[in-house]
Amino acid sequence: MIKLESTWLNLRTIDDLATQKTFIHSLNSCTKLITTLVFVVLVTSFSKYEVTSLLPLLFYPVALMSLGNLPYKPIVKRLLLIAPFIVFIGLFNPVFDQRPIAKLGSFLITGGWLSFLSITIKLLLTVTSALILVATTGMNSICTALSQIGVPKPIVIQILFMYRYLHVLLEEFLKTNQAYNLRSFKTAGIHYKAWGSLLGQLLLRTMDRAQRIYQAMLCRGFDGKVPLLSAARWTKKDHLYLLFCLSFFLLCRFINIPQALGTLLTGGFQ
Amino acid sequence: MSHHTIDLTNILYTYPDGTTALRNLSLHIGHGEAIAIVGSNGSGKTTLLSHLNGVLFPTTGTVNIGGYPVVQGTLTHIRRTVGMVFQNPDDQLFMPTVYDDVAFGPLNLGYPPLEVEKRVISALKTVGAYALKDRPPYRLSGGQKRAVAIATVLAMDPAILVMDEPTAALDPLARRQLITLLHTFSHTKIIATHDLDMVLDLCKRTIVLHNGSILADGPTLEIFRDRDILEQAGLEQPFSMQSCPICSKI
Repeated sequence: MIKLESTWLNLRTIDDLATQKTFIHSLNSCTKLITTLVFVVLVTSFSKYEVTSLLPLLFYPVALMSLGNLPYKPIVKRLLLIAPFIVFIGLFNPVFDQRPIAKLGSFLITGGWLSFLSITIKLLLTVTSALILVATTGMNSICTALSQIGVPKPIVIQILFMYRYLHVLLEEFLKTNQAYNLRSFKTAGIHYKAWGSLLGQLLLRTMDRAQRIYQAMLCRGFDGKVPLLSAARWTKKDHLYLLFCLSFFLLCRFINIPQALGTLLTGGFQ
Repeated sequence: MSHHTIDLTNILYTYPDGTTALRNLSLHIGHGEAIAIVGSNGSGKTTLLSHLNGVLFPTTGTVNIGGYPVVQGTLTHIRRTVGMVFQNPDDQLFMPTVYDDVAFGPLNLGYPPLEVEKRVISALKTVGAYALKDRPPYRLSGGQKRAVAIATVLAMDPAILVMDEPTAALDPLARRQLITLLHTFSHTKIIATHDLDMVLDLCKRTIVLHNGSILADGPTLEIFRDRDILEQAGLEQPFSMQSCPICSKI
């Protein structure tokens, strides 16, 4: 119980980091959203055996964390939270893909291990960049930016409302769970027979609440449109940031920088 | 502010599950009155309030606000006139920040941005919550949430203020602050509550509901002195009218 609550509080901490005033925080939310989206698409576009050319991209999250004055701990903690998923996604690659790709001394590297490593790095990069986006921009501004770049408003509003009421619903669930625990003496956790009615209750209460919120919205003239905050304007800073990031990404995508550096050092150009 | 009267004529309301919540209820409320609606749980208070701005429509009977019948076609006007503060502020505060939430109503009413800003700031200042304007609603205390919920309604400049259990779940200080705030409003006020001491402070007229019909309607003091009526309605005299438990003096 306490664990669940504290995880929840941590989720808000990431959002709270967005109130800081650094160079990254001062950028237009659209700029940051577009950069992050491009970054994610670019990272996933690498071939499944690519490892070395992904490495320079690590520079992006590290630079952002340092420029945005973000603490490493909460971000690393969240990465650990999703680590099991990463492992599960790539778990069977080394088993099924035994094709030898390279030899490191007497150690044979198979395609499976390479793709496993590649998936891990890709997920690390994409998840970190998404977390950084929340920590430097905040959910509300992200939603404004989403609607600005053309995401349909109903979807944006769904996200906003979900984020707003996640807290209320979780609290309701925790209270229900506590009430259950206080009156169930034999078993630890929730007995499988009780799950149905507990979740059913929660669903019914959620529907009731949705109805009340809808009525409250109607009372204030709701006609299907939710007025969102007007977004900040683009400045020169945003253009430069976008230009710099995109050129860096493209450079990383089309030139294998570690390999090029290696060739340079070992005199490959001579 | 124009003169807004409220007239309910022979209201009967039956919920879809067959429960009749209001029976043959008729009522007239004049301009600028402060009215308390009291009654036990399930006596129909919230159902009655829901009829005042078209959240519910009567099964039979008519509701008239300032000369306009409450029907689908007049809802925009009615909802601009009647501001409703819900029982649970979490249901009312759905936008990401306090400012957005207070601006929601005026923006929907189509006011220009500058006017919206003026209204939001003035509403937040009235309830003493201006400093909270950039905070997300889930970070507020119960009293702050209630104050902001009232501001969301005030920003629409309603002539009639309807409140459902405004002092429920407030600590004594927040309750006192709310009562002081409500004293300053010149709106027609209709308050459904169990807090009879607040009623003594705020409302000159009290309507006692029992099983969906009006059991008594009259000056607050007169009604609260009549123990029979209170008992019948499942209520008790307000504490300030009961004798002191220590010295037995009133």
